[in-house]
Amino acid sequence: MTRISITVDGIRYDDDVEARTLLVHHLRDRLGKVGTVVGCDTSNCGACTVLMAPSAPSEATAERASQGAQRPTSGAERAAEQLSRAGAAVKSCNVLAVQADGTEITTIEGLAGGDGSLHPVQQAFHDRHALQCGFCTPGMILAAVDLLTENPDPSDTQIREGIEGNLCRCTGYQNIVHAVRDAATALRGAEVAEPASAVDGQMPGTPQAPPAVPSEPESVPVEAVPRPVP
Amino acid sequence: MTTVQERPAGEVGAARKRKEDARLITGRTMWTENITLPGMLHLAILRSPMAHARVTRVDTSAALREPGVVTAFSGRDVADTQGSLPCAWPVTEDMVHPDHPPLAVDEVRHAGEAVAVVVARDRASAVDALASIEVDYEPLPVVLDMEEALAEDARLVHADKGTNKAYTWVFDSGEAGTGQAVDAAFAGAEVVIKRRYIQQRLIPAFMEPRSVVVDPTGDQHTIWSATQIPHILRVMVALVTGMPEHKVRVVAPDVGGGFGGKLQVTAEELIAFMAAQRVGKPVKYTETRSDSLLSAHHGRDQIQDLELAARRDGTVLGLRVNLLANMGAYLGIVTPGVPLLGAFMYNAIYKFPAYRFVCTGVYTNTTTTDAYRGAGRPEATYAIERLMDELAAELDLDPVEIRRRNWIGHDEFPFDTVAGLTYDSGNYEAATDKALALFGYEELRAEQASRRASGDPVQLGIGVSTYTEMCGLAPSRVLGALRYAAGGWETASVRVLPTGKVEVVTGTSPHGQGHETAWSQIVADRLGVPFEDIEVLHGDTRTSHKGLDTYGSRSLAVGGIALVNACTKVIDKARPVAAHLLECDVSDLEFADGAFRVRGAPSDAAGKTIADCAFAVFAAHDMPDGVEPSVDADATYDPGNFSFPHGTHLCATEVDTETGRVTIRSYVAVDDVGRVINPLIVEGQVHGGVAQGIAQALFEEAVYDSEGNLLTGTFIDYTVPSAVDLPDIVSDRNETPAPDHPLGAKGVGEAGTIASTPAVINAIVDALRPYGVRDIRMPATPERVWQALQGGARS
Amino acid sequence: MIPVSFEYAKPSTVDDAVRALTDGGDDAKVLAGGQSLIPMLRLRMAVPTLLVDLGGLGELRGVRDDGDALVVGAMTRHADLLRDPLVRDHAPLLAQATETVADRQVRHLGTIGGSLSHADPAGDLPSVAIALDVSFEVVGPGGWRTIPAADFFVDFLTTSLGDGELLAALRVPKQDGWGTHYEKFSRVAQAWAIVGVAAAVRRENGMIAGARVALTNMGSRPVRARAVEEALVGASATVDAVSSAAGRAAEGADPPTDVWASAAYRSHLATVLTRRAVAAAGGIHAS
Repeated sequence: MTRISITVDGIRYDDDVEARTLLVHHLRDRLGKVGTVVGCDTSNCGACTVLMAPSAPSEATAERASQGAQRPTSGAERAAEQLSRAGAAVKSCNVLAVQADGTEITTIEGLAGGDGSLHPVQQAFHDRHALQCGFCTPGMILAAVDLLTENPDPSDTQIREGIEGNLCRCTGYQNIVHAVRDAATALRGAEVAEPASAVDGQMPGTPQAPPAVPSEPESVPVEAVPRPVP
Repeated sequence: MTTVQERPAGEVGAARKRKEDARLITGRTMWTENITLPGMLHLAILRSPMAHARVTRVDTSAALREPGVVTAFSGRDVADTQGSLPCAWPVTEDMVHPDHPPLAVDEVRHAGEAVAVVVARDRASAVDALASIEVDYEPLPVVLDMEEALAEDARLVHADKGTNKAYTWVFDSGEAGTGQAVDAAFAGAEVVIKRRYIQQRLIPAFMEPRSVVVDPTGDQHTIWSATQIPHILRVMVALVTGMPEHKVRVVAPDVGGGFGGKLQVTAEELIAFMAAQRVGKPVKYTETRSDSLLSAHHGRDQIQDLELAARRDGTVLGLRVNLLANMGAYLGIVTPGVPLLGAFMYNAIYKFPAYRFVCTGVYTNTTTTDAYRGAGRPEATYAIERLMDELAAELDLDPVEIRRRNWIGHDEFPFDTVAGLTYDSGNYEAATDKALALFGYEELRAEQASRRASGDPVQLGIGVSTYTEMCGLAPSRVLGALRYAAGGWETASVRVLPTGKVEVVTGTSPHGQGHETAWSQIVADRLGVPFEDIEVLHGDTRTSHKGLDTYGSRSLAVGGIALVNACTKVIDKARPVAAHLLECDVSDLEFADGAFRVRGAPSDAAGKTIADCAFAVFAAHDMPDGVEPSVDADATYDPGNFSFPHGTHLCATEVDTETGRVTIRSYVAVDDVGRVINPLIVEGQVHGGVAQGIAQALFEEAVYDSEGNLLTGTFIDYTVPSAVDLPDIVSDRNETPAPDHPLGAKGVGEAGTIASTPAVINAIVDALRPYGVRDIRMPATPERVWQALQGGARS
Repeated sequence: MIPVSFEYAKPSTVDDAVRALTDGGDDAKVLAGGQSLIPMLRLRMAVPTLLVDLGGLGELRGVRDDGDALVVGAMTRHADLLRDPLVRDHAPLLAQATETVADRQVRHLGTIGGSLSHADPAGDLPSVAIALDVSFEVVGPGGWRTIPAADFFVDFLTTSLGDGELLAALRVPKQDGWGTHYEKFSRVAQAWAIVGVAAAVRRENGMIAGARVALTNMGSRPVRARAVEEALVGASATVDAVSSAAGRAAEGADPPTDVWASAAYRSHLATVLTRRAVAAAGGIHAS
């Protein structure tokens, strides 16, 4: 058993795990974070995608944690926070839980704001009918969040390449591409044109004003100053 | 018949965003694998590494000693009690129907067949202990090829049956009286196109692996399963295990895709049921993707020998179809019937007079095949649409023109087909004209000509597919005539709660189709209740007692009518209540805009809503004599006919003649699925359906090696396309309302898959025709295209 | 599925890593990013008794300028490498090929050292390494040594790393003055290459002065297309010359036949893709 400490969706968990435990099994079976799912055993399908930030919890998260649930954040605020943290998408079935020691994980369950408002990517998936059975959706949404963190204004081709690690069997991807494009626009602060004649179903809350984001995408930080051996 | 009619204002036809999304996009979905029960144990299954072998010894004793293991057993331990997995469709009286034990007893007949199981405290312990089970296999000869399997001295999958032939089923229009004798038609032919097409084996590859939890501790034994068919599963579990049906509850919670692949009563479900009985505790089994690709049923896998007779003016005279259909090693729930669903579709939208269809089902040492999106109809449509292109090429006619000369005119409906169906409605001209315009057909033909002239290494091809399909499975009398064991009706209940909110219970079992949204739209319009005030319940036999579930594009086409009928009954039951409240005679009332009003009263006059009536019957203080204090209603509907959506799909491909790489440049789909309830959902179905059809044309194939090992046993090798591999499609619609459906709806779940495969292959062959290429075997991988260009695959 | 049980060590120095690996014996394995290893663990195709996780060795991560070469730490992640300004400036072929490895998620954790040590001939980076004459800096119980790329890859999934040895860094000669291109051909986007071609071309006065070409998945290890290089060097920088040289791409290769493609098709593809890769690398197009 190895002692690990992982912060998941803003809450820190300390656990003893077997070295062979996959991060996704740790999330699901130990922590009860069953929003993240397993679709394959060869890291092809991407259904298990989560965001993983290599550092300790950010100040914003720590502050929020200290305030408990008293100051719910909106989905849009959460989106801005993620952009600043630059958590990178990984396939949680292709990471050992021990490798995730000391990281901060964001799952689909932690993406919406504490007030129930949706992250702009979630909202766009709903608006554009970018899901059917919904099994690939958690991973697809997080892959899209990751893509937009690096490239806030991707072309359709770049969107397709950006989600190539996530398989969907229902949609043919077309509405997913549209949703990611809309979410990019929303995250950049522009208005999204409502799909013609679409009317809202029963969804909690309404989208918040999208946050301003830095124009330069941040790269995943290199941990150490380059000083390779020998 | 008009093609697009004015749509009444209301919910039906509105692009409602889906209710289902709220849980699916926030990770609050209830997948079977998410279920954890007190004391729950985990099941692992040892599967055969061999395609055919005698099992001479299984020893689970060492596994029992492994840490965390509660029990372990093999097929031998349960041989007398486990029963046989059901096949509900014995298509002929003399069909060879072998036993299909959930756990193999003496013999394994395909790689991946379940041999033994371990039940342990946790998943890892269960998996670890499988390594301690000792099994001795004595290899037996393997038969994989259908034609070899039918040879005189063939090795046998089921030695005791003496044959690998499951059945031969024949339809002949001369004998059936639905058309002429086919031999006479061929005798008069000026052109005969003869081809063999291979429908490769596919794997449904739903994204959610199958999972089952069985809880034997309650008064009812509860099975949660990632299934499309909770109601059918309940009946079958009762029949197979002997457990009284009222003691079995089946729940299909959120289910992550099916495409026919979860239309099955699986070995895993029954094994988990047995295991839970043995240990008296809840048991969970969730398959891995590798297990799923190996052991969940496969689809397609047919050899089609085809002959099309025509005159030189392009008039088709007749068609002969000789089909070999690979059953795999055993029969699944509807395995033998899948090719027969295609039998009625080979004539497609054309009105040729003579048709003969012969299908032989064949056993091989491979995973069982069964329904996969379209189930028989994609194969039939592929065959006829490929043949029509070949005929056009033979006669030097445009492929659109050859279709125009043969299709049923919009003024000829209802039309009795040579296959014995009555097509209710359609407008092939309108769909085709719209598709050609959207596609820019003439411009693309011009570009094709110039690329041919310049010898461009990248050639352009144009593929046409004008399809129809039969959906809305199915009229029970037809199913009975085809020897299917069950009916094809569907059921719905509408319960109006005292506060005016509505619960709808449907016998359909959605797994991505959006019934919660679409059914709400239908009920909202019918009862005048807000969309938001309607809850659609499904997939739990405790709340949805009755139903025949979701497959075959049947849910709206059949279940939708049951739902409309239930709403009508609610209104009928509320009418005397409203009359009583309004102190008028029942015959003076009319129901419109959500309220009962005295006939002739202005529409803003005070009336009584369904909610008013529901509260009145809840209190029931003052009911007239003889009026039941309820406005709730059930309806069960058995369709009188299938429904027949149709459309025209056009595909332009660029083919790199140096590498064989095919790239889809543009794709236009114009579908006529009748009146649309929710255009967002319809468009999504078209996109996804087209994607799966393209996947058959270009990417996917289940491949076995010569010993029967599945070579495409992971997502590394079974290449489900990603976003990069698929094109944007242009999707548009015509609406020819179905005359027999109160909503005018037809069905859309499989249309895209049925239409798109021949569109893509026709486009590739069209690009390469100047090189002498007349066929490409699916999937049209770069290597196959390149081989065809080398002359290797010219027919 | 679930991997077999194994011991786990996460050393904080390279010396400790070598010691752990040596003590672990034959069934100890290095865990770099895990992106190739973990699927093999899950399918139980790999059943190690010990994993030595190099994730704690920050000194093996990053890129450094060392005169005529870049020194790339073996634990440098793909996502970091392909964005690295030094790599983009001086070894763009490496960046371009790395961008084609798997998908975004895998590139966030996968490392160059892990990819190369995995030695899958269908992997994209081994052929790039031999095309660029990368030197492999290796440390083990016997100390440090340098292995030329051509000697590092021995066979399918087999390297010349000895017992207890691990790959620490790559010395990548700067490609200043060379044009480079990686041409990859796969069945679907996330599939392994059926064939890939890494090409580097240096032009002088309308002539091809230097050429390096290596092939992915054309044998049990990455293949240097020497016949093509010899035909190119000294030839005029024309489409015809490139086509003619590329026709020799499969010489000396021993391509596999598998579920993806036949050997014959691979040999054909190698010639087409080599022509395209060399033309792109050298900026040689029909006028």
